[in-house]
Amino acid sequence: MNINITLVAQIIAFVILVWLVSKYLWTPLSALMEARRQKIADGLSASERGKHELKLAQERSAEMLRDTKEKANDIVAQANARANQILEDARVNAKAEAERIVAQASAEIDREVNRAKEVLRTQVSAIAITGAERILKREVTVKDHEAALADLIAHI
Amino acid sequence: MSTETAGGSSVEYIQHHLANLSVGQGFWQLNIDTLIFSFLLGALILFVAMKIGQNLRTETPGRFQNVVEGVLEFVDNQVKDSFGGKAPALIAPLALTILIWVWLMNFMDLIPIDLVPAIAHGLGISHLKIVPTTDLNTPLAMALVVFVLTVYYNIKVKGFGGYLKMFLFHPFGKFFIPVNVVMTLIEELAKPISLGLRLFGNMFAGELVFMLIALLTLGATVSASLLIWFPLQVVLDLAWLIFHVLVISLQAFIFMVLTIVYLGMAHIDADSH
Repeated sequence: MNINITLVAQIIAFVILVWLVSKYLWTPLSALMEARRQKIADGLSASERGKHELKLAQERSAEMLRDTKEKANDIVAQANARANQILEDARVNAKAEAERIVAQASAEIDREVNRAKEVLRTQVSAIAITGAERILKREVTVKDHEAALADLIAHI
Repeated sequence: MSTETAGGSSVEYIQHHLANLSVGQGFWQLNIDTLIFSFLLGALILFVAMKIGQNLRTETPGRFQNVVEGVLEFVDNQVKDSFGGKAPALIAPLALTILIWVWLMNFMDLIPIDLVPAIAHGLGISHLKIVPTTDLNTPLAMALVVFVLTVYYNIKVKGFGGYLKMFLFHPFGKFFIPVNVVMTLIEELAKPISLGLRLFGNMFAGELVFMLIALLTLGATVSASLLIWFPLQVVLDLAWLIFHVLVISLQAFIFMVLTIVYLGMAHIDADSH
């Protein structure tokens, strides 16, 4: 167990072994592990980013939904107002129409009455003339006159 | 069988197990078994690294890739804890190499102590120590590399002047410069020596205990009566084996952590020391 030239040989062997282990075991494997660590870190940060984006998107969609609801409410309210207005308009129009029709009808009636009166007047005149002719053909007496008048009146 | 021969054969057995397969003499002795087994285990690490490297998958790592990634992350966390996240690129691979290599070399201690040497004996090899960390040269080699790196980073971070100042003015201030130099020198030298000796001592002692347990029935080929110790041997061996699993892992971990800590201390500025 004395110290001898083996010591030198072992020193050389050890140095070479350290160099070889460093080159063929440590360097490739630690590079690989570093790459994996990097990959995992990237993946984690990507998922973090994804979560963040998801949250933003959710907020955005909630906001959009809120806006849409508001708009829909507005539209419904507008539609109601418009419907009421249309209804009101229709009522006003109908009233006006009714009044116009009534006015027209009463005008018609007036015209008919006037026409009837005209016809009547014509007939009355004719009857009067006829009565006068009859009276003139005979003696005009008070009695006849009265009879004629009564006839006239009966004809009217 | 007399106690003398039993003692003699025991000593022989242990001495035989403590001898390396080697060439050369004195300082030029080269422990071939230490080199072969440590190289084989290093090659095993690289083979597995290549195997994993061929089908590295980011998305769906295989089961084995997961295990290696776990170890790698564990080492990386240790380094980051000591350095505060700005360690030089060399530190973590160094720590990883130490952890795996030392653990694998320590693991050789769990292989039945006579198995591989017996096979080798059959192949005509007289001596074989299969645990490279029970050869002081291996732990000390790693400790010395760590020591050199410590000095390098000390000078790189603090500057040569700063490093010199650490020797001159610590721990007692400027009026005790000679004392300081001696103290700091001892402190700095104690680091690699204790680092190497701790691992060596633990593994050596562990192996020795395995040998002693094996000695219980060593003479059974001569005297069958020794076989009454066989149950005790099995129990002791199992107990020590289970305990030793902890020891080898712990020692590999301690060696790695101390390496990181020493190199981390080199990166702390002298003023905040």
